[in-house]
Amino acid sequence: MSRPGGGPAATPRTAGGREAVEAVWRIESARIVGTLARSTGDLALAEDLAQEALAEALVAWPRDGVPREPAGWLLTVGRRRAIDAYRRRSALDERYAVLSRDLTEGGAVTGTARTGPGDPEPGLLWDPDRIDDDVLALAFTACHPVLAREAQVALTLRVLGGLTSDEIARAFLVPTATVQARITRAKKTLAAAQVPFGVPPPEERRARLGSVLSVLYVVFTEGSTASSGSEWIRPDLAREAVRLTRVLAQLVPDEPEVHGLLALLELTAARFPARVGEDGEPVLLEAQDRRRWDRAAIRRGRAALVRAGRVGRGLGPYGVQAAIAECHAVAPSVARTDWDRVVLLYDVLGRLAPSPVVELNRAVAVSVAQGPAAGLAIVDDLAAAGHLPGSHLLPSVRGELLARLDRFDEARQEIGRALQLCGNDRERELLRRKLAAWD
Amino acid sequence: MLIMRATDETWAASQDVDLTEVLDSMGRFNDELVRAGVLVAAEGLDEAAEGVVVDYSSQPPVVTDGPYGETKELFAGFWILDVANQEEAVEWAKRAPMAGPGSKTEIRRVASIDEFPQDNEWIRKEREWRVATGQL
Repeated sequence: MSRPGGGPAATPRTAGGREAVEAVWRIESARIVGTLARSTGDLALAEDLAQEALAEALVAWPRDGVPREPAGWLLTVGRRRAIDAYRRRSALDERYAVLSRDLTEGGAVTGTARTGPGDPEPGLLWDPDRIDDDVLALAFTACHPVLAREAQVALTLRVLGGLTSDEIARAFLVPTATVQARITRAKKTLAAAQVPFGVPPPEERRARLGSVLSVLYVVFTEGSTASSGSEWIRPDLAREAVRLTRVLAQLVPDEPEVHGLLALLELTAARFPARVGEDGEPVLLEAQDRRRWDRAAIRRGRAALVRAGRVGRGLGPYGVQAAIAECHAVAPSVARTDWDRVVLLYDVLGRLAPSPVVELNRAVAVSVAQGPAAGLAIVDDLAAAGHLPGSHLLPSVRGELLARLDRFDEARQEIGRALQLCGNDRERELLRRKLAAWD
Repeated sequence: MLIMRATDETWAASQDVDLTEVLDSMGRFNDELVRAGVLVAAEGLDEAAEGVVVDYSSQPPVVTDGPYGETKELFAGFWILDVANQEEAVEWAKRAPMAGPGSKTEIRRVASIDEFPQDNEWIRKEREWRVATGQL
């Protein structure tokens, strides 16, 4: 790698490759799509324009080098394409006028040369006061309730995270064509429902924020425990969810649940290094080497939880779950965990956001704090009520508690049922090992 | 980790620049990092002249005042970013307000303790220290 002439071994890296385009895209895509969406008033169109600009960059930058203002370049190409689109529709309407004026004010772009947008003046293309609103509007629009959850997830990862269809497909183990179809359908749905691009009015904002948070939570959950397939954790996806939640916490600092969710994600992600054994097998909480937990992530999570509390109005469901995660994070071992506090927090969570899964987790906490019989009583109630019929979690917890009460025949039956229901290869292995240990 | 490096010359030149300007441009950059959700930590270092060097060429090691003898490139500060890959770190580094010829940013991956031999007694102890002190 040394240069001719025997100079220093450092070789200048040739900029302009596909990697450089992708790196710029990851950093800038949300602002580019957001800005285009504001000026066109149409998220679907903006997303198409941004994708066209990205495609053009992938051809032009490796050939001509990376422009001095890469984000400005992408934005200018996007705006040009918008004008082309309006021209084709021969609609010299108001939006066309606005876009043309933006381009002219952006300087640099003069004449009709189409070889490339040149280097626009920095600062003129971005209105810093508006970017935050644009990015926030992106989040709200991509998570609009008119869309199905899977469409919200795909669109959020695309427009807010800058992930390609390939990356999203890999993360969710579905074909790329499926992701593309989901995104296309989502954009059509938004257009058909005439969803305006923008931050919802204050009275709607908190309710709508809930769906943004839940999409980020779904993305994280998918990354932290894959619902199917052979990989137990997909940390890249989880990390992207944490990053997007950090962005959101900056944009909406006055909502406790945003900080609560961030705290929950950081504290959960902190355990990742200890959750997988040497052969890729899952390691459950009681067996995890706590020394491997990511202390920096724990510190960030606890700080976010403090911020959530400081905003006031009390913690919501995410914040309470984060508080539970904090109990584990600060405990030196399972035995020395403050289980009474964990049970108390599950009681609170059960009131704030009642669900069979919360109840099942409460049963586990109760079984540690008060003994397996107390936990089993809660699980039996859940089973009797017919909750969680398709999930392997209920029989697997029930089996574990029965085994602790030395009721092994029933325990084996329950784990057998859990095996039938569980879709994750790694978790099935764990269940089989449990069965074998009882023989 | 993005490590800011300056030379004696750029350091001297930067002393003439208005402090407010430096704070503004650095602040704007840091703000961008925070908004993008990638900033984990950042610190600026004091002047090299106020530091000392411990040189191990002889035993016992020799302690001298900064600046750093023949080493012309000085560490001025660092950022720790949580990014997807090296290219993204490079892209952020390009945007850092590192004024003047001679200024450089070095990009290094922070190694995880998981990458060291786990059966080593001192690696095990290091984990315990980290837990005890709350440090990474």
